[in-house]
Amino acid sequence: MHLKYESQLREPLVTGNKDYHQVTEDICRPIEAKPTKLWYVGFFIAVALLMFGVYSVYREVVYGIGEWNLNKTIGWGWDITNFVWWVGIGHAGTLISAILLLFRQGWRTGVNRAAEAMTIFAVMCAGQFPIFHMGRVWMAFFVLPYPNTRGPLWVNFNSPLLWDVFAISTYFTVSLLFWYSGLLPDFATVRDRAKTKLRKLLYGVAAFGWTGSTKHWQRHESLSLVLAGLSTPLVLSVHTIVSFDFATSVIPGWHTTIFPPYFVAGAVFSGFAMVQSLMLILRKVFTIEDYITVGHIEAMNKVIVLTGSIVGVAYLTELFMGWYSQNKYEGYTFWYSRAYLFSPYGWSYWGMMACNVLSPQIFWFRKMRRNLFVTFFMSIIVNIGMWFERFVIIVTSLYRDYLPSSWSVYYSPSTWEIGFYLGTFGLFFTCFFLFAKYFPVIAIAEIKYVLKTSGDNYKQTVEKEEKMEVEEFVHEYAHAH
Amino acid sequence: MAKKKFVVGAFSDEAVLFPAVKKIRTAGYKIQDVYTPFPVHGLDHALGMRETSLHTAGFIYGITGTTTALSCMSWIFTRDWPLNIGGKPHFALPAWVPITFELTVLFAAVGMVLTFCYLCQLAPFVKKHHFHVRATDDLFIMAIECTDKTNTDELQAFLSSTGATEVNVQEAEPGWWYGRYDKEQQLIVEPTAVA
Repeated sequence: MHLKYESQLREPLVTGNKDYHQVTEDICRPIEAKPTKLWYVGFFIAVALLMFGVYSVYREVVYGIGEWNLNKTIGWGWDITNFVWWVGIGHAGTLISAILLLFRQGWRTGVNRAAEAMTIFAVMCAGQFPIFHMGRVWMAFFVLPYPNTRGPLWVNFNSPLLWDVFAISTYFTVSLLFWYSGLLPDFATVRDRAKTKLRKLLYGVAAFGWTGSTKHWQRHESLSLVLAGLSTPLVLSVHTIVSFDFATSVIPGWHTTIFPPYFVAGAVFSGFAMVQSLMLILRKVFTIEDYITVGHIEAMNKVIVLTGSIVGVAYLTELFMGWYSQNKYEGYTFWYSRAYLFSPYGWSYWGMMACNVLSPQIFWFRKMRRNLFVTFFMSIIVNIGMWFERFVIIVTSLYRDYLPSSWSVYYSPSTWEIGFYLGTFGLFFTCFFLFAKYFPVIAIAEIKYVLKTSGDNYKQTVEKEEKMEVEEFVHEYAHAH
Repeated sequence: MAKKKFVVGAFSDEAVLFPAVKKIRTAGYKIQDVYTPFPVHGLDHALGMRETSLHTAGFIYGITGTTTALSCMSWIFTRDWPLNIGGKPHFALPAWVPITFELTVLFAAVGMVLTFCYLCQLAPFVKKHHFHVRATDDLFIMAIECTDKTNTDELQAFLSSTGATEVNVQEAEPGWWYGRYDKEQQLIVEPTAVA
């Protein structure tokens, strides 16, 4: 009996003739085996980067934000660039887990777990930048609205920067809940396979006593669906609000109504690129190519070419509006500061154009979408391009403001500002290495759920049955006439 | 709590499980629960469970978030400390939309997850009775509660006839309790299950 029918034209989502038990075996193998040498090397590098970041942040806290080369004109530099970049990276995880769940896209099951983990770690990295940009980080709790002893002093609920506080913290919390509630059944699987006492204890604690009861599954399904329904507008709102930080200001180059959709598309674009980079490594290292197939990679590349093109249209619209508004400040920002190749920061604009708009067009070709080397290379290019985008928006709007007397010569980051950025890479990869080692990197239960409709062995069975039915019909038809 | 006796059957495929559930229920036996490694759609209806109202709870939590955000911000900015920010109105409703939305989502999500954990009695360090260790791997485990009148041998034979691959009798507390998974608590006489 086949509970759900799926067209034979769709590629199988799970290859290699798996049954339920093999799925468990394959995904639990990396957790149960000792870490490889490569894992130790990678983990060590990540921790070293993290330490460098911690030292950079220490210098910033002790000596103030003068440690970063920010100046009077350019008050936001790498820090906010990196903040927006990391938040954007996070978006693919929620998009894959929530929006694709609502759209009933079966291919999300292979990649959602790792993508959600990526979201959480990316948001953790992102949050550090605005917090340390405050300068006096020990005063960070001032952003929280609570009845306080400073008189009736409240936070400004009309400020986009406060909206950010709410948006990012809500986004982090909801993503974490979504991720962890999905992990419960898989932790239970790992717990029930555990051989040592320590593993039994730790995974037992992590699994919250999950048994797989039908009633629990029913509630779990309801929970995932509603959380997906909540996360879908949430993911759109978060980057919209991040774009409001710019769009509600009056700075030429920021004050544009196109920002919310354009930021969201850019976020999904960069997020999918990061998912690609991570998945290509993950499937190779853990030999889980049967679960993250070339079909999965291709599907994600399609999203990349779509969102890359949306971002491209947004860039061109901005240029058009820079001219059409006949506002000389906007015209100057868009046509001189950005689009003129030989202006001081022209290199970043054209770097962005090349990385984000031109190069992803290669994915119109099916052969390129399915080529793993091209995909990996492109994923890195897109992430660099999206970093350029945020840098372009922030720095090229700031470095020539209304007063030529305050035009700075040139802004380039200090060692410690770069160190902070590298440090967040350290944090991200430290977390990701630990996740890859100790967590089921693929949602075991969800793979089992789609196995019978989308696994290759089951597809073959159905195909045979279908052929027989057709032959029978042809036979009967021939007899009747 | 009093221990109860269960007849436990293991099924290896959901295609066998569904007709079995139907046969067992028509025969008049009371299925305590079916433990599956992944959500099997339609099984809740086959077992005669009612729909969960968790999503209704989520809606109520969401509305709570909306009202909390709106009432809080209006009270703060119009009553408690009306601050003039660039000559904007004190009651600046459009500017409060983002925070109102975020709090709605936050309340709904956190509330629902906590309710989920409460209803399913899930928490760290909770240990429940496992009828079969492979229920989280590849087997579908059905537990049927025995009453005084139940003939366990007959029921076991009947379960086998519906397609169960392993059948045995177990005693378990139907509730829940705190426990650690590294401690071997032999709370029941575990029959030797052939894996």
